[in-house]
Amino acid sequence: MDSSEESHAGASAQAVRHAPWPGPADSPAGATESRVALRVNGFSHTTEVDHRTTLLDLLRERLALTGSKKGCDHGQCGACTVLVDGRRVNSCLLLAVAQDGAEVVTVEGLADLAGEDGDLHPLQRAFLDRDAFQCGYCTPGQLCSAVGMLEEARAGAPSAVTDPQQGLGSAVRLTGEEIRERLSGNLCRCGAYPHIVEAVRDVIA
Amino acid sequence: MASQAHNAVGSPIERREGGAKVSGGALYATEYTPPGCVYAWLVTATVPKGRVASLDTAAALKVPGVLAVLTPDSAPRLADTDDATLAVLQNSEVPHHGWPVALAVAETLEAARAAAGSVGVAYETEPHESVLTEDPPGAYTPDEVNGGHPTERRRGDPEGRFAAAPVKIDARYRVPPLYNHPMEPHGATASWRDGRLTVYDTSQGADPVRAVLAQVFELPEERVTVVCEHVGGGFGSKGTPRPHVVLAAMASLHVRRPVKLALTRRQLTELVGHRAPTDHRLRLGAEPDGTLTSLIHEVTTHTSRIKEFVEQAAVPGRVMYAGANSLTAHRVAALDVPTPSWMRAPGEAPGMYALESAVDELACALAMDPIELRTRNEPDEEPDSGRPFSSRHLVECLREGAKRFGWAERDHRAGVRRSGAWLTGTGVAAATYPVLVSPSRATVTAHPDGLHVVRINATDIGTGARTVLAQIAAEALGVGAEAVRTEIGTTGLPKAPLAGGSSGTASWGWAVHEACRSLARRLHERSGPLPPEGLTASADTRGTADAESPYARHAFGAHFAEVGVDTDTGEVRVRRLLGVYAAGRILNPRTAGSQFIGGMVMGLGMALTEGGRVDPASGAFLGSDLAGYHVPAHADVPEVEAHWIDEEDAHLNPMGSKGIGEIGIVGTAAAIGNAVHHATGIRFRELPLTPDQVHAAGRGLV
Ligand code: FES
Ligand code: FES
Repeated sequence: MDSSEESHAGASAQAVRHAPWPGPADSPAGATESRVALRVNGFSHTTEVDHRTTLLDLLRERLALTGSKKGCDHGQCGACTVLVDGRRVNSCLLLAVAQDGAEVVTVEGLADLAGEDGDLHPLQRAFLDRDAFQCGYCTPGQLCSAVGMLEEARAGAPSAVTDPQQGLGSAVRLTGEEIRERLSGNLCRCGAYPHIVEAVRDVIA
Repeated sequence: MASQAHNAVGSPIERREGGAKVSGGALYATEYTPPGCVYAWLVTATVPKGRVASLDTAAALKVPGVLAVLTPDSAPRLADTDDATLAVLQNSEVPHHGWPVALAVAETLEAARAAAGSVGVAYETEPHESVLTEDPPGAYTPDEVNGGHPTERRRGDPEGRFAAAPVKIDARYRVPPLYNHPMEPHGATASWRDGRLTVYDTSQGADPVRAVLAQVFELPEERVTVVCEHVGGGFGSKGTPRPHVVLAAMASLHVRRPVKLALTRRQLTELVGHRAPTDHRLRLGAEPDGTLTSLIHEVTTHTSRIKEFVEQAAVPGRVMYAGANSLTAHRVAALDVPTPSWMRAPGEAPGMYALESAVDELACALAMDPIELRTRNEPDEEPDSGRPFSSRHLVECLREGAKRFGWAERDHRAGVRRSGAWLTGTGVAAATYPVLVSPSRATVTAHPDGLHVVRINATDIGTGARTVLAQIAAEALGVGAEAVRTEIGTTGLPKAPLAGGSSGTASWGWAVHEACRSLARRLHERSGPLPPEGLTASADTRGTADAESPYARHAFGAHFAEVGVDTDTGEVRVRRLLGVYAAGRILNPRTAGSQFIGGMVMGLGMALTEGGRVDPASGAFLGSDLAGYHVPAHADVPEVEAHWIDEEDAHLNPMGSKGIGEIGIVGTAAAIGNAVHHATGIRFRELPLTPDQVHAAGRGLV
């Protein structure tokens, strides 16, 4: 039932997203499945989802987008990090049924997000240059998280280590300490952290 | 050997699977979805010991989409294996908390999980003992310890010389249970077709998985295919076949559909092995000039009731320091706990924590620089065996590290550097890891278009095996690495040993090197164009790679740490970590650096944040998921640097390499612990150095 096509229906999907609770109007009370329409990496998908399905499982098991990883399924590791409406989220903690109208970007869509002709996002390139991974299982989450984090810092969102004197709303300068603090939701058991931080610094520079 | 080839051995070339990994295209075990694939979810025991009295599957079987619930009554029978941890769903016994008792299979992941949650289990419990005490009743001396090492070695009169020593240390150190926690949980996708079994597994070696599946399902090995193309870390916990792969294959056999099974993060620690807790008693006796006169290292650890695994933590004492009087011994207690297994540098990691902490204590007692103390006790030959070292550059590592770290400026007094609430200190510790190697096969084909294809069932658990094997092949063939393709990761390829014991690259590389040298000779002898199918050479290093060496072969290293200790909170922050290694020839500096650093980061976790706990009441590992068990996160990890010295050693393998995957964790915890002592003047002897422990001990410091 998945339909996947290049769609220009972004606007109407956005409208559904703001529909009042309890969500998609065509789900009768007691239903265990609902239809959701969402865009993933620029492609529209309309699909019936089990109400128990997480966004992560929808991506991995239904849409064959296995780039997003499942390290814990509990919001503890960040391997499942994707961008939803531009913000980084743990997709294992989101129910797919609640994502009607969402614009999702996964690691498979990062290169397009950069809007360049190359087949890699600059951060992906930097990860290769710095050897910022070994087994690669945390890598998609690190990448999506870092892309979301750079946007947060640009928008002036403070972290626990941001100088309180810094004016709200002005872009935060990303020191090594800031980067480490802001990426601490993404675990890497291979211990690639020092190289990940270098890669992030490369794209800021 | 002369080689004009660029990009060959020693070049920092980029890992070949990197593009696939950063763009999400690399496939791991549970990311294959064969047509008709269904999902399994495991039900595990909630009691520490006893048996399943009754299993009620009625509610589970009513869950929409459920296909079956496998129980000890309904699950396929397995032929005997020597590994009791794999005999799952064969009877109603519960040997430990977390043991598999049922497996739900359903059309979807959600339905499988709901069905598993609906299985009712009643247990008959028996009295249990799950906590390792200092002197456990029933502890015994095992016949041997992990790695096949003798359980006890004694030279000279260690007790007598210790008693008579003018300067001595007698200390106990404790390392808690530790969990491997690779980021990719253990999982497999299995399918049967026409009497053939195909499995996508996450394992450090596909050939051992195939052998075990063939054995338990009584199939010839040719009818089993195991694919481990990308593996999301293992650190020992995927070193041998683990129960998930047997369960997935059983479920698929039962429902006659392909089945995916992933263990949950919490299930991992109780089903795939852990580092057993170790209690160490260390006694060092020395002359006032620092000469060691006695070294006694006694280790007590646990194993499970179903399988003996003994962490060989006293073994490094047989390698490290000169002296004619030594005792290194192990005792183990079989408890009602999950079965321990390999975790990065089994034996060396906890053993060197204890030994290198004691050496630091001795240096303090002697008022001697700890580097100087180690240098004075540098042996001419391996103390335990009397064999010459094939190469040993520990002192060079210590000196090089000292130079890079700025050790010369160190004020050796402890507890005197304060800035606000913070005390700072520095510490050093040595590292060692044995050179292990196993026989392997490999083939290489030269194609008319100039491409060389190396085929070997090696496994890339993150080391960059594809890349480094291409470099080894390129050097042996005298071509550029870009002219070599490596095919690895499936049992369709020539048989190879696992990625473990820091032996993968040496074992596989040896066979690749031999195959390529023989191909190069044949290419040299012939003239005219190659046949369309190319020219193939193969190698099998049985008899050479496993030949007994007259040398003691080990890698060595030195770790340096700088820490800050917050006297208000007891928090220890590592500020700098440096490792300098002597590990033979470094084949790819880029990927090697990542392995060394990764090992140090895990050592940082061992020092400060990682501590498993057994709940005495339930026999469960408490807080064993990634919220309860803190593996280091970005914010914990400061600048970490790895360097190495050029080491030539002709007694290793054709590449001249030693293993590098594990030595980074060895000694890191001791270096950090020694730095904490230097900062605070307090000696902590129980890992991890969490704020509660440090704060409680450090009240007087404020
Ligand atoms: S899988 Fe989502 S945070 Fe770990
Ligand atoms: S690269 Fe293996 S967990 Fe990060």
